[in-house]
Amino acid sequence: MAYSDKVIDHYNNPRNVGQMDKSSDTVGTGLVGAPECGDVMRLQIRVNPETQVIEEAKFKTFGCGSAIASSSLATEWVKGKTVAEALEIKNTDIVKELALPPVKIHCSVLAEDAIRAAIGDWKKKNGVTETEQVAVAAH
Amino acid sequence: MSVIEANLEVPAGVTLPIYMDNHATSPLDPRVLEAMIPFFTEKFGNAASRNHSFGWEAEQAVETAREQIAKLIGATAKEIIFTSGATESNNLAIKGIAEMYKERGNHIITQVTEHKAVLDTCKRLEKYGYRITYLPVKADGLIDIEDLKRAMDDKTILVSIMFANNEIGVIQPIAEIGKLCHEKGVIFHTDAVQAVGKIPVDVNSMNIDVLSLSGHKIYGPKGVGALYVRRRNPRVQISAQIDGGGHERGMRSGTLNVPGIVGLGAACEIAGQEMAVEAARLTEMRDHLRRKLESALDYVEINGNMEHHLPGNLNASFVYVEGESLLMGINDVAVSSGSACTSATLEPSYVLKALGLGDDVAHSSIRFGLGRFNTMAEVDYVGDKVIGIVSKLRELSPLYEMVKEGIDLSKIEWAAH
Repeated sequence: MAYSDKVIDHYNNPRNVGQMDKSSDTVGTGLVGAPECGDVMRLQIRVNPETQVIEEAKFKTFGCGSAIASSSLATEWVKGKTVAEALEIKNTDIVKELALPPVKIHCSVLAEDAIRAAIGDWKKKNGVTETEQVAVAAH
Repeated sequence: MSVIEANLEVPAGVTLPIYMDNHATSPLDPRVLEAMIPFFTEKFGNAASRNHSFGWEAEQAVETAREQIAKLIGATAKEIIFTSGATESNNLAIKGIAEMYKERGNHIITQVTEHKAVLDTCKRLEKYGYRITYLPVKADGLIDIEDLKRAMDDKTILVSIMFANNEIGVIQPIAEIGKLCHEKGVIFHTDAVQAVGKIPVDVNSMNIDVLSLSGHKIYGPKGVGALYVRRRNPRVQISAQIDGGGHERGMRSGTLNVPGIVGLGAACEIAGQEMAVEAARLTEMRDHLRRKLESALDYVEINGNMEHHLPGNLNASFVYVEGESLLMGINDVAVSSGSACTSATLEPSYVLKALGLGDDVAHSSIRFGLGRFNTMAEVDYVGDKVIGIVSKLRELSPLYEMVKEGIDLSKIEWAAH
């Protein structure tokens, strides 16, 4: 299979690899996928409680090159965004950016799921409901 | 942070890319090519032309090849039928026997890790009213001979069990299967594509009645294969599946591929002469690769029985690393993965699953196929490269991290998608 240059770049130089303390209140952790499906992503965000801006993001992924690239790209994209903005990242944006072929679209879906799961975990810890979020214009 | 940069010095004498996928196909031996070339040009005759020297010359070359192939498997030349390859040989054997012996019975026994050319042929016969038993394999990839005994009944006409597996390299107990089949009066066919030319094959001592083989797995050309069909004790008959000029004793019509057949013959002769030395060399390189990988990495699982095993095969799972991402990191080395991600189906290898491997371990597997033209320097390079990439990808793997922290992955509720 031929990979796009961007997938290869993320695979060779994955951004934001690592782990943050998942017991911290400011950290949201999303663990999605399953080993038997061939991909598992863990995406973590550290959110500023005042501004709701995602100040740090980390990931680790078990999966093919496209799965690694999708999650690496997701950490880059969520950093600096507010939680509400990050929720607007769509898997189709990832497909477009990485030029993923149809058989790899599930990798981008998983990355979107990981973002949502991490934000969901952070919200749960902090008792944030949808209405309390800082209103942000669509980007 | 630059995680994946296992840039290795390429040692002297090693040229990239390295081909280590010899179960898929093998390069043509230059000696084989040399034997073939005249039959493309000045010796172009049709082997079926009986009335001029061009035809006689071609026929003579075909008969020489028949002798060379027969000698390698302990058969006689008249028992060799030329085909376009092992897929055709398997189709002809199974469909041809099913049709010829349908008055005697409609039951065929095979096993789950066969090549698709056997499995899908059997599936088609099921549509025509044949009953097929697919024997399971044990965790080491071998069938249980007791299962075979139990599966046989008075309607059983054919047992088709491969000699050696193309993914995990295990060698089935062929002589035992052959003995049992002969005791019960059941025809025994074996797909011996991966075995012929690599390990000793003898159709008489092993009681093999019908055997498929291919040119391009043994440093011969693609597009040519053969089917051995026993003529005595018992005489096996096969209904033709391709009708026409009545070539190959009526079993397979079509003008013979003379250059291909000459190449297959030459490949068999070379394999017979060099088998002992080559098998010892491949086994040494294979074992070296295995030791190297296992001493540098944890969670390496070797798939398939290693006692009854092809010399050049090593199938290993690098658990907690996904196979396709591993292949991507060793893109200057040609190997195969049991990972689903390399196919459109997203299902991992059915062979590895038949051994009882979890999908996650099957996804992590790599098949190394060593062959005649690989060197120890290449094996060392590939070993170092794999070790480097596996280590880097495990730094990226949440599963490896969790296992290292003592978390039992089977206790986690994964959200399957």
